[in-house]
Amino acid sequence: MKALSDFKIVNHSVPRGDGVAKVTGSAIYTSDMTVEHMAWAKLLRSPFARAKILSIDTSAAQNEPGVIAVLTGNDLQGLSPYYGHGVKDHPLIAIGEVRFVGEPVAAVIADSELIAQEALSKIVVDYEERDPILDVDTSLAPGAPLVHEANYAGGSFRGFDDFPGASGNVCQAVHVEWGDVDAAFASAAHISEGEFYFPMIYAYAMEPYVAIADYDAKGKLTVYSSAQHPFMVRHDLAKVFGLPVNAVRVVVPYIGGGYGSKSYTKIEPLVAACSWKAGRPVKLQLSVEEAFLTTRSDDARVRMRTAVDAEGHIVARQATVHLNTGAYAENSPMVCRKAANRIIGPYRIPNVKIDCLAVYTNTVPASSYRGLGAAQVTFPGESEIDELSEMCGIDSVQFRLNNLAECRESIHPGMRPIDADIPGDVRKAASMLHIEKPLPAGHGRAVCCSASDAGAHPVTLAMVQIYADGSVSVLSGSTEIGQGSHTVLTQIAAEEMGVPLEKVRLVGSDTAVTLFERSTGASRTTTLMGRAVLEACREAIAQCKVMAVDVLGVSADTFVEERGGIRCGEKYLTWAQILEKYFKMEGCSILGRAYLRKAGDLDLIPVFWEIGVVGVEIALDEETGRISLDTLVTIGDVGLAIHPAMTEGQDLGAATMGLGIGLFEEMIYDGQQLMNGTMLEYRVPRFSDLAPHIEMQLVQNRDGVGPYGAKGGGEGAVNPISPCIANALHQITGVRIKRLPLTPERVWKALQEKKPGTAANKHDRA
Amino acid sequence: MKIAFELNGKPATLEIDPRETLAEVLRTRCRMTGVKISCEAQVCGSCTVLVDGHPVSACTYLAYEARGKRVTTIEGLADESGRLHPLQRAFLDNFAFQCGFCTPGMILAAKALLDDNPNATEAEIIAHMNGNLCRCTGYLPILKAIRQAATEMRGEK
Repeated sequence: MKALSDFKIVNHSVPRGDGVAKVTGSAIYTSDMTVEHMAWAKLLRSPFARAKILSIDTSAAQNEPGVIAVLTGNDLQGLSPYYGHGVKDHPLIAIGEVRFVGEPVAAVIADSELIAQEALSKIVVDYEERDPILDVDTSLAPGAPLVHEANYAGGSFRGFDDFPGASGNVCQAVHVEWGDVDAAFASAAHISEGEFYFPMIYAYAMEPYVAIADYDAKGKLTVYSSAQHPFMVRHDLAKVFGLPVNAVRVVVPYIGGGYGSKSYTKIEPLVAACSWKAGRPVKLQLSVEEAFLTTRSDDARVRMRTAVDAEGHIVARQATVHLNTGAYAENSPMVCRKAANRIIGPYRIPNVKIDCLAVYTNTVPASSYRGLGAAQVTFPGESEIDELSEMCGIDSVQFRLNNLAECRESIHPGMRPIDADIPGDVRKAASMLHIEKPLPAGHGRAVCCSASDAGAHPVTLAMVQIYADGSVSVLSGSTEIGQGSHTVLTQIAAEEMGVPLEKVRLVGSDTAVTLFERSTGASRTTTLMGRAVLEACREAIAQCKVMAVDVLGVSADTFVEERGGIRCGEKYLTWAQILEKYFKMEGCSILGRAYLRKAGDLDLIPVFWEIGVVGVEIALDEETGRISLDTLVTIGDVGLAIHPAMTEGQDLGAATMGLGIGLFEEMIYDGQQLMNGTMLEYRVPRFSDLAPHIEMQLVQNRDGVGPYGAKGGGEGAVNPISPCIANALHQITGVRIKRLPLTPERVWKALQEKKPGTAANKHDRA
Repeated sequence: MKIAFELNGKPATLEIDPRETLAEVLRTRCRMTGVKISCEAQVCGSCTVLVDGHPVSACTYLAYEARGKRVTTIEGLADESGRLHPLQRAFLDNFAFQCGFCTPGMILAAKALLDDNPNATEAEIIAHMNGNLCRCTGYLPILKAIRQAATEMRGEK
């Protein structure tokens, strides 16, 4: 294996490929785009959570000057209007009924956004309101009305075919079990037990959902969208419009934030239908308020118990997880599967029984959110680990070390063994946090960890083009969501082809130009696309060597590969020179390609384990209940950091999202209505929440299946932050709060409740 | 109606609708798409531009109000030879962005501060920048970038 010191470009924090464009304002996002003859769409949204649509009168809107067309669920003849990669339950616009406040009911397409907006008020919809199902308990109650009365076809993408069918209002049910949980609890020395709640979270990608669709007269559909997974969107569009895949082109310019919220199909089928109806290219730009009504995280109620033996070894964990999935499945079947797997954490537990349900309700549809189910279950899991360590009288770090899986140890039957040094990571975090030092008054410290079976289904295809002038293009279907994929992939190509980084160009993301990549999420891009690019480079080099035999007129055993080309005695030829001599023509290029699939060393799932290890020191103001972060430490166990600075950037960014979940963020419903769906009322971390002391460390044991031993690291740090804060709070006060976020009000009330005889005693701790 | 103002050092005369915001006019009529629109409520700072050197939220500032004033967008920060402003270079050096959507507003807000007070303390930087949200970075790289640019703008480097 190449030594770290031998890397020329990889493992160096080179300038970002998208850097100058992003600091000069020239980076073009979908929201910045217009196309020739473009019209604008605006949406009329449902005011009711659950209602029949008796009629829609669009005639007055239709007659407004400048209005081109109005689209409703009555206009979809000839289309297959339901989409969804897990369950095809999502109509591209409401058909006959509405299932949440904010669901699109009609779209006005007009010459300008303003005309479209004003015409919305001319549409008359007659609804028959029905009792909404707003929470999981109502939804699961015997005899509850159904959120969906029809049976839908399953989606067609692999990764979902292991899900059993669900019924009633259960969108997805996953059961994970091994060992004998009942016997283990019966003989346990200590048991920690509780009910936890993780709220609905809004990802707040700063660029709200936006798409431009052009359904042309020849039956070709072109879509520009702020979408993480263009190939999944292409698939859904092809099915909705009955088009061959090669008639649908999805182009993704720079994306203004994703964090999972732009994964899979969102507004694209609706915008495409607007173009289909209007006969014009159409742009739909949602506002942030509308984005709140488009996707959120699954909120989760977790009933959990965990048991230890007298020596402090975890012997069993049992949990029932109820995910509130909202009105449509979207990616929640996968969230359900992953939450059921990830609730075990990175520990060896011989007896496990998990039941995880994703349940439909009449609320905003839930889907992917950074960590995919892991943050929801790491909060209860790591809270109980601390409770048990206290019951056993063992220091919480030592308790974890006693129970953490070692590298190459298997914790999930049938899955890839752990490919990381988690005990080493936890020791590092504890040491960086100076966990043994005396604490100032009102301060608490904790270290928490998580392990996620990365949801990266390995189907990744890549091409590289090697030009006779020494330049190289990487053709990748991965999207640049800010994570730096367009930089990392060019680094790998430059390293392999032995050319300067400036000679490498990234081409993408355009489904008409690049090969298939399943998705950009689950921290997969460096591991899978990075490896595909590396293998494509090696394939191109193999071709160059065959050409060299021809060009030099010697046999292949007379030359050796030397960075960027071959050496044959005194003679050195670059790959470009070989191509030039072979074709005797300027401007030629060859293509190297790689097709990764679930086979070989990528057969065993997960492709890698995503590790989150963080430590915090918090300060509590007992007068107000306000928690602030004094110190944050993160460990990035990433195998090898192709770009160390950007890798640390992922850890800090993910940890900061975790901080938001821990302290501020929650979408709050009052009855049918989302009460805080604007950035005035939804609080995300700000500059002033920055911890005064931050230390990040990367662990590079080269133990991943990605290029040079790399593996993914974009999600890990989000998961353990909230329990870390809750555990540190418990250390300070003895109060354990089992509901996020830990707002000043909630903390203050819990502190008052603890004091005997105070008025606040009556308040519900939740 | 017609308005005239100075845009990135050059005179601009435009026909506008009186209800248009400065962000709309800059983005659609002037093609200055570095002005980003996100929260539309003066919370996130992504639409920040400088009007007579002061940071304003262009999403809620009527274009009419800019008449006769000096407007600076991110497109006007590099000098005429294309040399980047110290803040732009510092944002590159410190990887102070990921998706980049907040970046134009971040850089302009920081410029307003450092033009006014190149000796801003860390606490002053944080207080000044609290009206600019970033969902990707966790802020530390941005803070480092602003400190680096301040050093350079003071002529210490």
